[in-house]
Amino acid sequence: MENLFNLFVRSIFIDNMIFAYFLGMCSYLAVSKTVKTSIGLGVAVIFVLLITAPLNWLVDTYVLKAGALKWLSPSLADLDLSYLSFLIFIAVIAAVVQLVEMFVEKFSPPLYNALGIFLPLIAVNCAILGVALFVQERDYQSISEVTVYAAGSGVGWFLAITAIAAIKEKIRYSAIPPGLRGLGISFILTGLMAIAFMSFMGIKI
Amino acid sequence: MNNTMKKEREPLFSPKNIKLLKNPFNLENPITVQVLGICSALAVTAQLKPAIVMALSVTIVTAFSNLIISSLRDTIPSRIRIIVQLVVVATLVIIVDQVLKAYVYDVSKKLSVFVGLIITNCILMGRLEAFAMGNKPWPSFLDGIGNGLGYGAILVTVGIIRELFGSGKLYGFPIIPEAAFKAGYVNNGMMILPPMALVIIGVIIWLQRSKNRELIDKS
Repeated sequence: MENLFNLFVRSIFIDNMIFAYFLGMCSYLAVSKTVKTSIGLGVAVIFVLLITAPLNWLVDTYVLKAGALKWLSPSLADLDLSYLSFLIFIAVIAAVVQLVEMFVEKFSPPLYNALGIFLPLIAVNCAILGVALFVQERDYQSISEVTVYAAGSGVGWFLAITAIAAIKEKIRYSAIPPGLRGLGISFILTGLMAIAFMSFMGIKI
Repeated sequence: MNNTMKKEREPLFSPKNIKLLKNPFNLENPITVQVLGICSALAVTAQLKPAIVMALSVTIVTAFSNLIISSLRDTIPSRIRIIVQLVVVATLVIIVDQVLKAYVYDVSKKLSVFVGLIITNCILMGRLEAFAMGNKPWPSFLDGIGNGLGYGAILVTVGIIRELFGSGKLYGFPIIPEAAFKAGYVNNGMMILPPMALVIIGVIIWLQRSKNRELIDKS
């Protein structure tokens, strides 16, 4: 339990998707015009991560890894399909995003109105595939670990995009040198925020 | 490059095609102007070598996925085009990843998940949607190479700055002489940490926009 909580805090603050790995930067820079839309996108990312990361972990453990197909028949024990992981992961993510979109549209129109436009964007958000690949690389052992890691990364991403949106709303009234306006200052701000987040380094609970 | 192809009415390297290659270096740079593909890029620029390998991999994948999608563009139903594009890109990335693992294993370890993340690199989807779906294979191929190299140019610049000032080396070879260290020069450890990549890109954008005033944001 303590271990899981530690993982959760770590993945929010220290291994933050934006500040430590720069994942999901495209939508982070493009969609963060107002706080409201950023919150919508952030929630959608957490939602999709919570579904795709455990699903991809299951696929990896029971289909792709070396010897993972043993449960099907003993003769498949020395089969190693891990080179297919990129293809399978992205296919799972694209399919899940499509399914979630259809499902939400049918059963919860208000949620669809809030998240709908962001869902197609998420299929190509690097943070989603990034989490799936990090889970594979770091070799997490149980599905609860994977789910907690996915939740933490999602919350970290959500915090980052909400924070930059709030700063961008305020900064509209400042006198920035013309060449730095817009994209340039966003990068430098993100750099400064990343330095601030580095102060969490080494925290252990 | 193939001489037999020169029989076409438009020469292979007509001014229009040259422009496709050259524009991404400055006025249409994928990173600093189109804001594409920042995701998987910055984390690999702490040293020059992974930056170069990453730039080459992205160039190859962009060029060939542009070529393939552009040749298939009339047969892909538009409703499922994103999935088709993702599958083509993912296949190319798997090939690149296997080649890297076989020939430059240490760099491949350093790039870790970022090779796989080329799949969701926005440059690929952006160029496929914006260019390859509406243009012939050869210009699309050139567009892919141009954008890949334009992206690579930024990666390599950031890589040079960070490695030179962060560890006093270039491509692993010491550049700053021992005497400088003895005289009190110290490497800037900050350069190797992730935040500096963002700040350096911000400054590059600033320099570029002060030179080309038409790129400045209106708001």
